[in-house]
Amino acid sequence: MDFFIQLLVNGLSIGLLYGLSAMGFVMIFKSSSVLNFAHGELLAMGAFLFLVLTTWAGLPVYLAFLITLAGSFVLGFAVERLFLRPLIGESLIFVIMLTVGLASIFKGLLLFFFGGNLHTYPEFLPAGLGVQFGNVFIPPVYVASSFIGIVFLVLFGLFFKFSPQGIFMRSVADNQTAALSLGVHVKKVFALSWAIAAMVAGMSGIVLGVINGINVHEISAIGLKVFPVVILGGLDSIGGAIIGGIIIGLLETFTCGYISPSLRDVVPYAVLVCILLIKPYGLFGLVEIERV
Amino acid sequence: MTEHGNGIFLQLNNISVVYSDVIQVLKGVSLSVEKHRIVSLLGSNGAGKTTTLKAISGLLKPENGKVTDGSISFDGAVIQNSSPEEITRKGIIQVLEGRQPFKYLTIEENLKVGTATRWTRPYKKDLDMVYDYFPALIKRRKSLAGYCSGGELQMLVMGRALMAHPRLLLLDEPSLGLAPLVVREIFRIIRRINEEQETTIILVEQNANMALQIAHYGYVMENGKIVMEGEARSLRENPDVKEFYLGVGAGGKTRTYKDIKSYRRRKRWL
Repeated sequence: MDFFIQLLVNGLSIGLLYGLSAMGFVMIFKSSSVLNFAHGELLAMGAFLFLVLTTWAGLPVYLAFLITLAGSFVLGFAVERLFLRPLIGESLIFVIMLTVGLASIFKGLLLFFFGGNLHTYPEFLPAGLGVQFGNVFIPPVYVASSFIGIVFLVLFGLFFKFSPQGIFMRSVADNQTAALSLGVHVKKVFALSWAIAAMVAGMSGIVLGVINGINVHEISAIGLKVFPVVILGGLDSIGGAIIGGIIIGLLETFTCGYISPSLRDVVPYAVLVCILLIKPYGLFGLVEIERV
Repeated sequence: MTEHGNGIFLQLNNISVVYSDVIQVLKGVSLSVEKHRIVSLLGSNGAGKTTTLKAISGLLKPENGKVTDGSISFDGAVIQNSSPEEITRKGIIQVLEGRQPFKYLTIEENLKVGTATRWTRPYKKDLDMVYDYFPALIKRRKSLAGYCSGGELQMLVMGRALMAHPRLLLLDEPSLGLAPLVVREIFRIIRRINEEQETTIILVEQNANMALQIAHYGYVMENGKIVMEGEARSLRENPDVKEFYLGVGAGGKTRTYKDIKSYRRRKRWL
Protein backbone atom coordinates (compact mmCIF):
# COMPACT_ATOMS: atom_id res chain seq x y z
CA MET A 1 0.00 0.00 0.00
CA ASP A 2 2.77 2.42 0.91
CA PHE A 3 4.51 1.59 -2.31
CA PHE A 4 1.29 2.26 -4.21
CA ILE A 5 0.86 5.68 -2.62
CA GLN A 6 4.47 6.48 -3.29
CA LEU A 7 4.04 5.65 -6.95
CA LEU A 8 0.74 7.51 -7.09
CA VAL A 9 2.31 10.71 -5.80
CA ASN A 10 5.31 10.45 -8.11
CA GLY A 11 3.07 9.70 -11.06
CA LEU A 12 0.78 12.61 -10.31
CA SER A 13 3.55 15.15 -10.04
CA ILE A 14 5.32 13.94 -13.20
CA GLY A 15 1.98 13.76 -14.96
CA LEU A 16 1.15 17.31 -14.01
CA LEU A 17 4.35 18.42 -15.71
CA TYR A 18 3.57 16.43 -18.82
CA GLY A 19 0.15 17.96 -18.79
CA LEU A 20 1.47 21.48 -18.47
CA SER A 21 3.94 21.12 -21.28
CA ALA A 22 1.25 19.49 -23.40
CA MET A 23 -0.93 22.49 -22.64
CA GLY A 24 1.56 24.73 -24.42
CA PHE A 25 1.47 22.41 -27.39
CA VAL A 26 -2.32 22.42 -27.48
CA MET A 27 -2.41 26.22 -27.26
CA ILE A 28 -0.30 26.56 -30.38
CA PHE A 29 -2.36 23.93 -32.15
CA LYS A 30 -5.66 25.51 -31.19
CA SER A 31 -4.79 29.04 -32.19
CA SER A 32 -2.88 28.36 -35.39
CA SER A 33 -3.39 24.63 -36.23
CA VAL A 34 0.38 24.14 -36.16
CA LEU A 35 1.78 20.92 -34.70
CA ASN A 36 4.96 22.02 -33.01
CA PHE A 37 7.58 19.30 -33.42
CA ALA A 38 10.16 21.46 -31.67
CA HIS A 39 8.32 21.24 -28.37
CA GLY A 40 10.80 18.87 -26.77
CA GLU A 41 13.64 21.17 -27.73
CA LEU A 42 11.86 24.08 -26.08
CA LEU A 43 11.90 22.04 -22.87
CA ALA A 44 15.61 21.39 -23.31
CA MET A 45 16.33 25.07 -23.99
CA GLY A 46 14.68 25.99 -20.70
CA ALA A 47 16.51 23.30 -18.79
CA PHE A 48 19.90 24.36 -20.13
CA LEU A 49 19.25 28.06 -19.69
CA PHE A 50 18.56 27.32 -16.03
CA LEU A 51 21.76 25.26 -15.87
CA VAL A 52 23.81 28.13 -17.26
CA LEU A 53 22.25 30.63 -14.90
CA THR A 54 22.65 28.53 -11.75
CA THR A 55 26.04 26.90 -12.26
CA TRP A 56 27.98 29.19 -14.56
CA ALA A 57 26.50 32.54 -13.63
CA GLY A 58 25.95 31.43 -10.05
CA LEU A 59 22.65 33.25 -9.63
CA PRO A 60 20.33 32.41 -6.74
CA VAL A 61 17.82 29.73 -7.68
CA TYR A 62 14.62 31.77 -7.56
CA LEU A 63 16.21 34.50 -9.69
CA ALA A 64 17.51 31.94 -12.18
CA PHE A 65 14.05 30.38 -12.31
CA LEU A 66 12.36 33.69 -13.08
CA ILE A 67 14.97 34.64 -15.67
CA THR A 68 14.56 31.24 -17.33
CA LEU A 69 10.81 31.73 -17.54
CA ALA A 70 11.27 35.20 -18.99
CA GLY A 71 13.96 33.96 -21.38
CA SER A 72 11.79 31.10 -22.61
CA PHE A 73 8.91 33.51 -23.09
CA VAL A 74 11.11 35.74 -25.24
CA LEU A 75 12.45 32.72 -27.13
CA GLY A 76 8.93 31.58 -28.02
CA PHE A 77 8.02 35.08 -29.07
CA ALA A 78 11.14 35.36 -31.24
CA VAL A 79 10.53 31.99 -32.88
CA GLU A 80 7.04 33.07 -33.89
CA ARG A 81 8.26 36.46 -35.08
CA LEU A 82 11.28 35.26 -37.06
CA PHE A 83 10.20 31.89 -38.41
CA LEU A 84 6.45 31.40 -38.21
CA ARG A 85 5.11 34.80 -39.17
CA PRO A 86 6.67 34.93 -42.66
CA LEU A 87 4.89 31.65 -43.34
CA ILE A 88 1.41 32.87 -42.44
CA GLY A 89 -0.86 32.11 -45.36
CA GLU A 90 1.37 29.30 -46.65
CA SER A 91 0.24 25.72 -46.59
CA LEU A 92 0.24 24.21 -43.12
CA ILE A 93 2.60 21.39 -43.99
CA PHE A 94 5.39 23.94 -44.65
CA VAL A 95 4.92 25.38 -41.19
CA ILE A 96 5.00 21.94 -39.59
CA MET A 97 8.16 21.03 -41.52
CA LEU A 98 9.63 24.29 -40.31
CA THR A 99 9.12 23.22 -36.71
CA VAL A 100 10.90 19.94 -37.49
CA GLY A 101 13.80 22.02 -38.80
CA LEU A 102 13.74 24.23 -35.72
CA ALA A 103 13.92 21.12 -33.56
CA SER A 104 17.13 20.07 -35.32
CA ILE A 105 18.64 23.53 -35.01
CA PHE A 106 17.93 23.80 -31.29
CA LYS A 107 19.15 20.30 -30.61
CA GLY A 108 22.30 20.90 -32.66
CA LEU A 109 23.04 24.12 -30.82
CA LEU A 110 22.60 22.49 -27.43
CA LEU A 111 24.80 19.55 -28.41
CA PHE A 112 27.41 21.97 -29.72
CA PHE A 113 27.59 23.92 -26.50
CA PHE A 114 26.90 21.29 -23.86
CA GLY A 115 27.70 17.96 -25.49
CA GLY A 116 25.60 14.85 -25.09
CA ASN A 117 26.59 14.11 -21.49
CA LEU A 118 24.43 14.15 -18.43
CA HIS A 119 24.50 17.41 -16.53
CA THR A 120 23.02 17.95 -13.09
CA TYR A 121 21.89 21.01 -11.22
CA PRO A 122 23.50 21.77 -7.90
CA GLU A 123 21.40 20.51 -5.01
CA PHE A 124 19.21 23.45 -4.12
CA LEU A 125 15.91 22.16 -2.78
CA PRO A 126 15.90 22.22 1.02
CA ALA A 127 15.54 18.69 2.43
CA GLY A 128 12.79 19.97 4.74
CA LEU A 129 10.53 20.25 1.71
CA GLY A 130 10.11 16.49 1.67
CA VAL A 131 6.92 15.20 3.25
CA GLN A 132 6.62 12.12 5.41
CA PHE A 133 3.24 10.34 5.52
CA GLY A 134 3.63 7.31 7.77
CA ASN A 135 5.95 5.08 5.81
CA VAL A 136 5.63 7.07 2.63
CA PHE A 137 8.28 9.65 1.92
CA ILE A 138 7.71 12.17 -0.82
CA PRO A 139 11.04 13.63 -1.95
CA PRO A 140 11.38 17.43 -2.06
CA VAL A 141 11.56 17.56 -5.83
CA TYR A 142 8.13 15.96 -6.25
CA VAL A 143 6.61 18.27 -3.69
CA ALA A 144 8.12 21.25 -5.48
CA SER A 145 7.04 20.09 -8.91
CA SER A 146 3.46 19.40 -7.79
CA PHE A 147 3.33 22.79 -6.18
CA ILE A 148 4.65 24.58 -9.27
CA GLY A 149 2.36 22.55 -11.50
CA ILE A 150 -0.75 23.40 -9.54
CA VAL A 151 0.17 27.08 -9.28
CA PHE A 152 0.66 27.34 -13.04
CA LEU A 153 -2.52 25.43 -13.71
CA VAL A 154 -4.60 27.78 -11.59
CA LEU A 155 -2.90 30.85 -13.06
CA PHE A 156 -3.60 29.74 -16.63
CA GLY A 157 -7.14 28.76 -15.78
CA LEU A 158 -7.78 32.27 -14.45
CA PHE A 159 -5.94 33.83 -17.39
CA PHE A 160 -8.06 32.06 -20.01
CA LYS A 161 -11.31 32.52 -18.17
CA PHE A 162 -11.11 36.13 -17.12
CA SER A 163 -8.36 38.20 -18.71
CA PRO A 164 -9.21 39.98 -21.98
CA GLN A 165 -6.10 38.59 -23.64
CA GLY A 166 -7.07 35.06 -22.60
CA ILE A 167 -10.56 35.50 -23.99
CA PHE A 168 -9.11 36.85 -27.24
CA MET A 169 -6.86 33.81 -27.50
CA ARG A 170 -9.85 31.51 -27.10
CA SER A 171 -11.81 33.50 -29.64
CA VAL A 172 -9.07 33.11 -32.25
CA ALA A 173 -8.93 29.39 -31.57
CA ASP A 174 -12.69 29.25 -31.97
CA ASN A 175 -13.30 31.24 -35.14
CA GLN A 176 -10.42 33.11 -36.67
CA THR A 177 -12.38 35.05 -39.29
CA ALA A 178 -14.88 36.30 -36.74
CA ALA A 179 -12.04 37.33 -34.44
CA LEU A 180 -10.43 39.25 -37.30
CA SER A 181 -13.69 41.00 -38.11
CA LEU A 182 -13.83 42.34 -34.56
CA GLY A 183 -10.30 43.65 -34.67
CA VAL A 184 -8.60 40.98 -32.54
CA HIS A 185 -4.88 41.10 -33.27
CA VAL A 186 -4.60 37.54 -34.51
CA LYS A 187 -0.85 37.73 -35.08
CA LYS A 188 -0.34 38.96 -31.53
CA VAL A 189 -2.37 36.00 -30.33
CA PHE A 190 -0.14 33.61 -32.28
CA ALA A 191 2.96 35.23 -30.82
CA LEU A 192 1.54 35.07 -27.33
CA SER A 193 0.63 31.38 -27.70
CA TRP A 194 4.18 30.59 -28.74
CA ALA A 195 5.61 32.67 -25.93
CA ILE A 196 3.42 31.05 -23.28
CA ALA A 197 4.01 27.57 -24.71
CA ALA A 198 7.78 28.09 -24.61
CA MET A 199 7.60 29.48 -21.10
CA VAL A 200 5.66 26.53 -19.75
CA ALA A 201 7.91 24.14 -21.67
CA GLY A 202 10.97 25.80 -20.14
CA MET A 203 9.47 25.47 -16.69
CA SER A 204 8.75 21.77 -17.24
CA GLY A 205 12.27 21.35 -18.58
CA ILE A 206 13.74 22.69 -15.34
CA VAL A 207 11.68 20.45 -13.11
CA LEU A 208 12.30 17.35 -15.20
CA GLY A 209 15.97 18.27 -15.14
CA VAL A 210 15.91 18.39 -11.37
CA ILE A 211 14.28 14.96 -11.26
CA ASN A 212 16.34 13.09 -13.83
CA GLY A 213 19.33 15.29 -14.59
CA ILE A 214 19.61 16.95 -17.99
CA ASN A 215 20.75 15.40 -21.18
CA VAL A 216 19.85 16.87 -24.56
CA HIS A 217 18.57 13.63 -26.04
CA GLU A 218 16.59 12.57 -23.05
CA ILE A 219 14.86 15.86 -22.39
CA SER A 220 13.85 16.41 -25.98
CA ALA A 221 12.55 12.83 -26.05
CA ILE A 222 10.44 13.63 -22.99
CA GLY A 223 9.16 16.60 -24.94
CA LEU A 224 7.91 14.19 -27.55
CA LYS A 225 5.72 12.63 -24.88
CA VAL A 226 3.38 15.54 -25.49
CA PHE A 227 2.17 13.56 -28.49
CA PRO A 228 0.67 10.63 -26.60
CA VAL A 229 -0.53 13.07 -23.97
CA VAL A 230 -2.36 15.39 -26.33
CA ILE A 231 -3.67 12.60 -28.52
CA LEU A 232 -5.01 10.90 -25.44
CA GLY A 233 -6.60 14.07 -24.11
CA GLY A 234 -7.86 15.25 -27.48
CA LEU A 235 -5.74 17.57 -29.59
CA ASP A 236 -7.87 20.61 -29.02
CA SER A 237 -8.70 20.44 -25.35
CA ILE A 238 -6.55 22.24 -22.79
CA GLY A 239 -8.21 20.47 -19.88
CA GLY A 240 -7.79 17.20 -21.77
CA ALA A 241 -4.06 17.88 -22.10
CA ILE A 242 -3.70 18.17 -18.35
CA ILE A 243 -5.70 15.03 -17.63
CA GLY A 244 -3.95 13.17 -20.46
CA GLY A 245 -0.65 14.20 -18.92
CA ILE A 246 -1.63 12.89 -15.51
CA ILE A 247 -2.81 9.58 -16.99
CA ILE A 248 0.43 9.10 -18.91
CA GLY A 249 2.47 10.08 -15.85
CA LEU A 250 0.62 7.57 -13.66
CA LEU A 251 0.88 4.81 -16.25
CA GLU A 252 4.62 5.35 -16.48
CA THR A 253 5.34 5.24 -12.79
CA PHE A 254 3.05 2.27 -12.16
CA THR A 255 4.58 0.32 -15.03
CA CYS A 256 7.99 1.24 -13.73
CA GLY A 257 7.14 0.17 -10.21
CA TYR A 258 5.02 -2.94 -10.70
CA ILE A 259 6.14 -4.40 -14.02
CA SER A 260 9.54 -3.33 -15.18
CA PRO A 261 11.37 -0.03 -15.70
CA SER A 262 12.25 -1.10 -19.21
CA LEU A 263 8.57 -1.16 -20.19
CA ARG A 264 8.10 2.37 -18.94
CA ASP A 265 8.02 3.95 -22.36
CA VAL A 266 5.97 1.21 -24.00
CA VAL A 267 2.90 0.75 -21.84
CA PRO A 268 1.60 4.34 -22.15
CA TYR A 269 1.58 3.96 -25.91
CA ALA A 270 -0.16 0.60 -25.72
CA VAL A 271 -2.89 2.13 -23.56
CA LEU A 272 -3.05 5.06 -25.93
CA VAL A 273 -3.80 2.76 -28.84
CA CYS A 274 -6.55 1.01 -26.87
CA ILE A 275 -8.20 4.28 -25.86
CA LEU A 276 -8.04 5.64 -29.39
CA LEU A 277 -9.74 2.49 -30.67
CA ILE A 278 -12.69 3.32 -28.45
CA LYS A 279 -12.59 7.13 -28.61
CA PRO A 280 -10.91 8.25 -31.83
CA TYR A 281 -11.03 11.96 -30.93
CA GLY A 282 -9.26 11.37 -27.65
CA LEU A 283 -10.85 11.39 -24.23
CA PHE A 284 -11.77 15.07 -24.29
CA GLY A 285 -11.57 15.97 -27.97
CA LEU A 286 -14.13 18.60 -28.85
CA VAL A 287 -17.33 17.18 -30.10
CA GLU A 288 -18.30 19.77 -32.70
CA ILE A 289 -21.30 21.78 -31.60
CA GLU A 290 -23.39 21.44 -34.73
CA ARG A 291 -25.97 24.07 -33.90
CA VAL A 292 -25.44 27.07 -36.14
CA MET B 1 -35.10 61.38 -42.87
CA THR B 2 -33.59 61.38 -46.31
CA GLU B 3 -32.29 64.90 -46.35
CA HIS B 4 -29.34 64.51 -43.98
CA GLY B 5 -26.66 66.55 -45.67
CA ASN B 6 -23.72 65.12 -43.73
CA GLY B 7 -21.11 64.77 -46.42
CA ILE B 8 -19.52 61.63 -47.76
CA PHE B 9 -18.34 59.25 -45.00
CA LEU B 10 -17.28 56.27 -47.06
CA GLN B 11 -16.40 56.40 -50.73
CA LEU B 12 -15.67 53.46 -53.02
CA ASN B 13 -14.17 54.74 -56.20
CA ASN B 14 -14.33 52.33 -59.13
CA ILE B 15 -12.82 49.38 -57.25
CA SER B 16 -11.97 46.00 -58.72
CA VAL B 17 -11.42 42.94 -56.58
CA VAL B 18 -9.53 39.87 -57.70
CA TYR B 19 -9.29 36.60 -55.77
CA SER B 20 -6.14 34.45 -56.07
CA ASP B 21 -4.81 36.78 -58.80
CA VAL B 22 -7.22 35.38 -61.39
CA ILE B 23 -10.87 35.47 -60.41
CA GLN B 24 -12.28 38.95 -60.86
CA VAL B 25 -15.34 39.44 -58.70
CA LEU B 26 -15.85 43.21 -58.61
CA LYS B 27 -15.53 45.12 -61.86
CA GLY B 28 -15.45 48.78 -61.06
CA VAL B 29 -17.83 49.36 -58.14
CA SER B 30 -18.42 52.89 -57.01
CA LEU B 31 -20.63 53.86 -54.14
CA SER B 32 -20.74 56.48 -51.49
CA VAL B 33 -22.28 56.51 -48.06
CA GLU B 34 -23.24 59.60 -46.11
CA LYS B 35 -22.91 59.85 -42.35
CA HIS B 36 -25.69 58.46 -40.14
CA ARG B 37 -27.51 56.82 -43.01
CA ILE B 38 -28.57 53.26 -43.69
CA VAL B 39 -27.50 52.24 -47.16
CA SER B 40 -28.77 48.98 -48.53
CA LEU B 41 -26.90 46.83 -51.02
CA LEU B 42 -29.16 44.47 -52.95
CA GLY B 43 -28.53 41.84 -55.56
CA SER B 44 -28.82 38.18 -56.33
CA ASN B 45 -26.39 35.52 -55.12
CA GLY B 46 -22.89 35.96 -56.48
CA ALA B 47 -23.44 39.59 -57.42
CA GLY B 48 -20.49 40.67 -55.27
CA LYS B 49 -22.25 42.17 -52.26
CA THR B 50 -20.28 40.27 -49.63
CA THR B 51 -17.05 40.90 -51.52
CA THR B 52 -17.80 44.61 -51.50
CA LEU B 53 -18.21 44.53 -47.72
CA LYS B 54 -15.02 42.54 -47.29
CA ALA B 55 -13.13 44.99 -49.48
CA ILE B 56 -14.19 47.73 -47.09
CA SER B 57 -13.45 45.83 -43.87
CA GLY B 58 -10.13 44.38 -45.04
CA LEU B 59 -11.27 40.78 -44.68
CA LEU B 60 -10.38 39.97 -48.30
CA LYS B 61 -6.80 39.34 -47.34
CA PRO B 62 -7.24 36.07 -45.45
CA GLU B 63 -9.17 34.78 -48.47
CA ASN B 64 -6.40 35.71 -50.83
CA GLY B 65 -8.41 38.55 -52.37
CA LYS B 66 -7.14 42.02 -53.25
CA VAL B 67 -8.41 45.39 -54.34
CA THR B 68 -6.46 45.72 -57.60
CA ASP B 69 -7.90 48.96 -58.87
CA GLY B 70 -9.68 52.01 -57.58
CA SER B 71 -9.69 53.42 -54.08
CA ILE B 72 -11.66 53.27 -50.88
CA SER B 73 -11.65 56.20 -48.54
CA PHE B 74 -13.21 56.36 -45.11
CA ASP B 75 -13.54 59.61 -43.21
CA GLY B 76 -10.81 61.15 -45.34
CA ALA B 77 -8.30 58.29 -45.07
CA VAL B 78 -7.44 55.83 -47.83
CA ILE B 79 -8.06 52.32 -46.54
CA GLN B 80 -8.02 49.87 -49.42
CA ASN B 81 -5.87 46.79 -48.73
CA SER B 82 -5.17 47.83 -45.14
CA SER B 83 -5.19 45.04 -42.58
CA PRO B 84 -8.40 44.27 -40.71
CA GLU B 85 -6.66 45.25 -37.47
CA GLU B 86 -6.12 48.79 -38.77
CA ILE B 87 -9.54 49.13 -40.36
CA THR B 88 -11.46 47.95 -37.30
CA ARG B 89 -9.55 50.47 -35.22
CA LYS B 90 -10.77 53.23 -37.51
CA GLY B 91 -14.30 52.22 -36.53
CA ILE B 92 -15.47 49.92 -39.32
CA ILE B 93 -16.88 46.65 -38.01
CA GLN B 94 -18.34 43.94 -40.22
CA VAL B 95 -20.94 41.48 -39.00
CA LEU B 96 -20.24 38.40 -41.06
CA GLU B 97 -22.77 36.49 -43.07
CA GLY B 98 -24.23 33.38 -41.52
CA ARG B 99 -23.61 34.43 -37.88
CA GLN B 100 -20.19 33.42 -36.78
CA PRO B 101 -20.28 33.17 -33.01
CA PHE B 102 -17.44 31.86 -30.91
CA LYS B 103 -19.20 28.61 -30.19
CA TYR B 104 -17.18 27.57 -27.16
CA LEU B 105 -17.37 30.95 -25.45
CA THR B 106 -20.34 32.08 -23.42
CA ILE B 107 -22.60 34.85 -24.70
CA GLU B 108 -20.97 37.35 -22.38
CA GLU B 109 -17.45 36.30 -23.36
CA ASN B 110 -18.47 36.66 -27.00
CA LEU B 111 -19.55 40.19 -26.26
CA LYS B 112 -16.28 40.92 -24.48
CA VAL B 113 -14.33 40.00 -27.60
CA GLY B 114 -16.16 42.91 -29.23
CA THR B 115 -14.01 45.25 -27.14
CA ALA B 116 -10.83 44.05 -28.86
CA THR B 117 -10.27 47.37 -30.58
CA ARG B 118 -10.20 49.22 -27.26
CA TRP B 119 -9.69 46.54 -24.66
CA THR B 120 -8.11 48.60 -21.95
CA ARG B 121 -11.27 50.59 -21.38
CA PRO B 122 -14.14 49.48 -19.15
CA TYR B 123 -16.96 47.70 -20.91
CA LYS B 124 -19.67 47.33 -18.26
CA LYS B 125 -21.69 50.22 -19.66
CA ASP B 126 -21.47 48.75 -23.15
CA LEU B 127 -22.75 45.40 -21.92
CA ASP B 128 -25.77 47.16 -20.47
CA MET B 129 -26.26 49.00 -23.75
CA VAL B 130 -26.20 45.74 -25.72
CA TYR B 131 -28.57 44.02 -23.29
CA ASP B 132 -30.87 47.01 -23.66
CA TYR B 133 -31.04 46.47 -27.42
CA PHE B 134 -31.19 42.69 -27.15
CA PRO B 135 -32.96 41.79 -23.88
CA ALA B 136 -33.20 38.18 -25.06
CA LEU B 137 -29.46 37.81 -24.45
CA ILE B 138 -29.58 38.58 -20.72
CA LYS B 139 -30.91 35.27 -19.52
CA ARG B 140 -28.57 33.39 -21.85
CA ARG B 141 -25.44 35.26 -20.88
CA LYS B 142 -23.78 32.34 -19.12
CA SER B 143 -24.54 29.70 -21.76
CA LEU B 144 -22.25 28.65 -24.60
CA ALA B 145 -23.02 30.41 -27.86
CA GLY B 146 -22.93 27.08 -29.67
CA TYR B 147 -26.17 26.08 -28.01
CA CYS B 148 -28.17 29.23 -28.77
CA SER B 149 -30.87 29.59 -31.40
CA GLY B 150 -30.39 31.34 -34.73
CA GLY B 151 -32.26 34.44 -33.63
CA GLU B 152 -30.24 34.72 -30.44
CA LEU B 153 -27.02 34.27 -32.38
CA GLN B 154 -27.91 37.03 -34.83
CA MET B 155 -28.57 39.32 -31.88
CA LEU B 156 -25.32 38.17 -30.31
CA VAL B 157 -23.13 38.93 -33.32
CA MET B 158 -24.75 42.32 -33.80
CA GLY B 159 -24.36 43.08 -30.11
CA ARG B 160 -20.73 41.96 -30.28
CA ALA B 161 -20.12 44.43 -33.08
CA LEU B 162 -21.85 47.21 -31.10
CA MET B 163 -19.40 46.63 -28.23
CA ALA B 164 -16.71 48.06 -30.49
CA HIS B 165 -18.58 51.39 -30.86
CA PRO B 166 -18.51 51.15 -34.66
CA ARG B 167 -18.81 54.35 -36.67
CA LEU B 168 -19.64 52.29 -39.74
CA LEU B 169 -21.40 48.97 -39.30
CA LEU B 170 -21.42 46.49 -42.17
CA LEU B 171 -24.26 44.00 -41.84
CA ASP B 172 -24.14 40.99 -44.13
CA GLU B 173 -27.56 39.37 -44.48
CA PRO B 174 -28.81 39.67 -40.92
CA SER B 175 -32.14 38.05 -41.87
CA LEU B 176 -30.58 34.86 -43.25
CA GLY B 177 -32.55 31.81 -42.13
CA LEU B 178 -34.64 33.57 -39.48
CA ALA B 179 -38.36 33.41 -38.86
CA PRO B 180 -40.33 36.40 -40.24
CA LEU B 181 -41.16 37.75 -36.80
CA VAL B 182 -37.54 37.61 -35.71
CA VAL B 183 -36.53 39.32 -38.95
CA ARG B 184 -38.93 42.15 -38.25
CA GLU B 185 -37.51 42.49 -34.72
CA ILE B 186 -33.92 42.55 -36.00
CA PHE B 187 -34.71 45.22 -38.57
CA ARG B 188 -36.47 47.32 -35.98
CA ILE B 189 -33.36 47.16 -33.83
CA ILE B 190 -31.10 48.05 -36.77
CA ARG B 191 -33.19 51.14 -37.30
CA ARG B 192 -32.98 51.98 -33.59
CA ILE B 193 -29.21 51.56 -33.54
CA ASN B 194 -28.92 53.87 -36.51
CA GLU B 195 -31.05 56.52 -34.85
CA GLU B 196 -29.78 56.30 -31.27
CA GLN B 197 -26.10 55.50 -31.74
CA GLU B 198 -25.85 57.54 -34.94
CA THR B 199 -24.11 54.57 -36.51
CA THR B 200 -23.77 54.58 -40.26
CA ILE B 201 -24.88 51.22 -41.61
CA ILE B 202 -24.39 49.35 -44.85
CA LEU B 203 -26.95 46.59 -45.06
CA VAL B 204 -26.55 43.71 -47.48
CA GLU B 205 -29.78 41.83 -47.93
CA GLN B 206 -31.69 39.34 -50.00
CA ASN B 207 -34.85 40.45 -48.27
CA ALA B 208 -35.12 43.55 -50.45
CA ASN B 209 -38.56 44.43 -49.18
CA MET B 210 -37.47 44.70 -45.55
CA ALA B 211 -34.15 46.31 -46.39
CA LEU B 212 -35.72 49.07 -48.47
CA GLN B 213 -38.19 49.80 -45.70
CA ILE B 214 -35.51 50.81 -43.22
CA ALA B 215 -32.78 52.04 -45.58
CA HIS B 216 -32.44 55.61 -46.74
CA TYR B 217 -30.61 54.81 -49.92
CA GLY B 218 -30.04 51.69 -51.97
CA TYR B 219 -27.73 50.18 -54.53
CA VAL B 220 -28.48 47.19 -56.73
CA MET B 221 -25.57 44.99 -57.78
CA GLU B 222 -25.32 42.46 -60.51
CA ASN B 223 -22.28 40.59 -61.80
CA GLY B 224 -19.80 42.63 -59.84
CA LYS B 225 -21.19 45.98 -60.89
CA ILE B 226 -23.62 48.52 -59.54
CA VAL B 227 -26.55 48.53 -61.94
CA MET B 228 -28.93 50.87 -60.18
CA GLU B 229 -29.05 53.26 -57.28
CA GLY B 230 -31.44 55.66 -55.70
CA GLU B 231 -33.36 56.76 -52.64
CA ALA B 232 -34.94 53.73 -50.99
CA ARG B 233 -38.42 55.05 -51.63
CA SER B 234 -37.89 55.45 -55.34
CA LEU B 235 -36.19 52.04 -55.57
CA ARG B 236 -39.23 50.47 -53.97
CA GLU B 237 -41.38 51.98 -56.68
CA ASN B 238 -39.03 51.06 -59.51
CA PRO B 239 -40.66 48.45 -61.79
CA ASP B 240 -37.43 46.49 -62.36
CA VAL B 241 -36.63 46.23 -58.68
CA LYS B 242 -40.22 45.26 -58.05
CA GLU B 243 -40.01 42.53 -60.59
CA PHE B 244 -36.62 41.06 -59.74
CA TYR B 245 -36.20 41.65 -56.04
CA LEU B 246 -39.58 42.25 -54.55
CA GLY B 247 -41.17 39.48 -56.56
CA VAL B 248 -44.05 41.59 -57.79
CA GLY B 249 -44.70 41.64 -61.54
CA ALA B 250 -45.76 44.60 -63.58
CA GLY B 251 -49.39 43.63 -63.36
CA GLY B 252 -49.20 43.32 -59.59
CA LYS B 253 -49.13 39.51 -59.65
CA THR B 254 -46.09 37.40 -58.88
CA ARG B 255 -44.19 35.98 -61.81
CA THR B 256 -41.54 33.35 -62.10
CA TYR B 257 -38.07 33.96 -63.43
CA LYS B 258 -38.90 31.74 -66.34
CA ASP B 259 -41.34 34.30 -67.69
CA ILE B 260 -38.80 37.09 -67.74
CA LYS B 261 -36.98 37.55 -70.99
CA SER B 262 -33.33 37.96 -70.23
CA TYR B 263 -32.69 40.55 -72.92
CA ARG B 264 -34.98 42.91 -71.10
CA ARG B 265 -32.80 42.88 -68.06
CA ARG B 266 -29.65 43.40 -70.02
CA LYS B 267 -31.05 46.25 -72.03
CA ARG B 268 -32.27 48.20 -69.07
CA TRP B 269 -29.41 47.72 -66.68
CA LEU B 270 -26.25 47.92 -68.65
